[in-house]
Amino acid sequence: MSEYKFNQNHLLGIDHLSDKDIDKILETAESFVEISTRDVKKVPALKGKTVVNLFFENSTRTRSSFEIAAKRLSADLINFNSSVSSLKKGESLRDTVLTLEAMNPNIIVIRHSASGSPHYLTTFARSSIVNAGDGFHEHPTQALLDALTIKQVFKTIRGLKIAIIGDILHSRVARSNIILHRKMGNEVALIGPPSLVPKEFEKMGAKVYYDIEEGVKNADAVMMLRVQNERGAGNYFPSIREYRKYFSINNRVFNKAKKSAIIMHPGPLNRNVEIDNTLADSDKSVILQQVTNGIAVRMAVLYLLKGDINESIN
Amino acid sequence: MSLLIKKGRVIDPSTGLDSVSDILIEKGLIKKITKNISDKDVKKVIDASGSIVCPGFVDMHVHLREPGQENKETIETGMLAAAKGGFTSIACMPNTVPVNDNRSVTEYIIARSHEIGTVNIFPVASISVGLDGVDITEMADLKEGGAKGFSDDGKCVMSADLIRRALEYTKMLDVPIIEHPEDHSISSDGQVNEGFISYKYGLRGILSAAEEVIVARDLILQERIDSLLHLTHISTEGSIDLIRNAKKRGVRVTSDVTPHHLLLTEELITSYDPVYKMKPPLRTEKDRQSLVDALKDGTVDAIASDHAPHTFDEKDSEFEYAPFGVIGLETSFNVIFDRLVNKGIIDISKFIELFSINPSRILGLEGRGKIEKGAHGDLTIFDPEKPFKIESKNFVSKANNCPFEGWEGKGSVIYTITGGKIAYKS
Repeated sequence: MSEYKFNQNHLLGIDHLSDKDIDKILETAESFVEISTRDVKKVPALKGKTVVNLFFENSTRTRSSFEIAAKRLSADLINFNSSVSSLKKGESLRDTVLTLEAMNPNIIVIRHSASGSPHYLTTFARSSIVNAGDGFHEHPTQALLDALTIKQVFKTIRGLKIAIIGDILHSRVARSNIILHRKMGNEVALIGPPSLVPKEFEKMGAKVYYDIEEGVKNADAVMMLRVQNERGAGNYFPSIREYRKYFSINNRVFNKAKKSAIIMHPGPLNRNVEIDNTLADSDKSVILQQVTNGIAVRMAVLYLLKGDINESIN
Repeated sequence: MSLLIKKGRVIDPSTGLDSVSDILIEKGLIKKITKNISDKDVKKVIDASGSIVCPGFVDMHVHLREPGQENKETIETGMLAAAKGGFTSIACMPNTVPVNDNRSVTEYIIARSHEIGTVNIFPVASISVGLDGVDITEMADLKEGGAKGFSDDGKCVMSADLIRRALEYTKMLDVPIIEHPEDHSISSDGQVNEGFISYKYGLRGILSAAEEVIVARDLILQERIDSLLHLTHISTEGSIDLIRNAKKRGVRVTSDVTPHHLLLTEELITSYDPVYKMKPPLRTEKDRQSLVDALKDGTVDAIASDHAPHTFDEKDSEFEYAPFGVIGLETSFNVIFDRLVNKGIIDISKFIELFSINPSRILGLEGRGKIEKGAHGDLTIFDPEKPFKIESKNFVSKANNCPFEGWEGKGSVIYTITGGKIAYKS
């Protein structure tokens, strides 16, 4: 492992990380992957530390992933569930967090529907703040677990082409991935209708395509985003039927990517909406590997923020 | 009851006045402007040497929150803030609780301001009953009760038919329709200017077009109706182009911009600090530059603060949940004088036009916004060299949602004189 020292106090977004920070997190995660395959899936790296999962949005997978990650590092974890949240009683986010902090946690993992909420917390909280998704802004651990998956497949995280397809405008997963892959020098193609993929995203160093076959061409990794198929979500596209016709991924489109290409999805899947069933379950799909890697990446993040470096991770 | 202001540099571009003179005010009115007025029998003398004496500042866009939201601001604290900021007159918007859509609310605000008696308050009543955008208010009766303008500020009049009827009806009243131009179907639940920054930082955007389509609509209607139309807190280059062209065609329209849109840009929202959240949102540097240019060529007639007080708790939150608005009464003069006049971007005559002469004219405030014999004794005296530092802890407003915290520069109000009485002394 490189000697590079991770010097961040929070994980607010990929935007705040250097490429070396990203390498360090991925290397650390790689060393944690094996722990989850053991019989006894636990190391004492965060023993005596307290992690609070502060989730103001429904989430099963991310919350569980952080919970398992913390527990495999021997941290104590409490879940602060939004359905019983004090916000419904009219308490401010500041008061909620100050109350929790009076119990001396070390790390607060926050998911919130309002962009910038984790940044707001850092203006007054003492704990390390980990962003588990803020509005449309960032979802850094998702981008990191995606990167770990890509690195496992291609043995590198540089010099690749990443295609991201779907509702870029409302996707924090897309933003974190765009930023991460541009920092690593990868080519990023964004694909979707103009109403969901504003041209201004090119200022982030990505290239925008409205034609899925053109955008997917020669990609190493194809990331699908979940489409909001609830009615009344806006006038962004006419119907699921039309969306499926022009922007879902199937074998015909996927064949435009490199032969070695993989298909990714942050979940939950809308089967046969943005992703064809056979493709989702094919050997090109790394969707479940992404979920598995979520544990190792979140262990790495918690460890790098608050782990006792002298404590052996083995 | 007399006040003598001695040895100030008296400037009033509307009458071509610019010389070191004395001004004598008696019974609330300007009696004499000349050198060396004797202080014999004068009750109070102010030495204004080294300072500039100009027509009292007028802020034509202020929210006082009373009645109904006195936890944010009251008529009294708003008046104190106005006086401290050099304003002798302010126009207050109707989105109180209840709405100022009937004569009793207008008269309450005026009566309360007379009880306090520091600066002049001129209420702006609503265009539509309850700000609902459906029926027009009793505008003639409201005018008789003291309303100096009509606006659904905060909400735009979304029905083109309603704004048409309001413009037509007010033709007999000579009271301006003040439009907050925002197509709500476009701005929707937007938070910040829509563009690269809103996309990157994951905040819902408000397109420039949300403002511009209403500016265009109102100008087209006004060109035909020829009533009195004022477009408030203009924020985009596109709106400026539309207004500039309309004025060239002879359309009767006036407009104002805020100090924050003249001096700040959207990059500030990357901190997610709700102190930079307001409507219209902070725009791009190109927009900002176009507003500054529009001051110079007369496309924009006035600078108004859109003073919008909120409590600390309301603004201390997630960006998305915080209310829109910033305060400005106590800082408008400082920041504009230092950043635009001291930097040579506009001259002092233009500054006085924007801060006093033009807003007085737009609101039809007779005998105000000028220094001449018989005019009201409303004067602002400021020292152009005296340094300031903006610290919200020193505000007399109840609120502290100020985007200029910590700014320093030169130019401080020394006295605010309203009707010959000292409303504020530094």
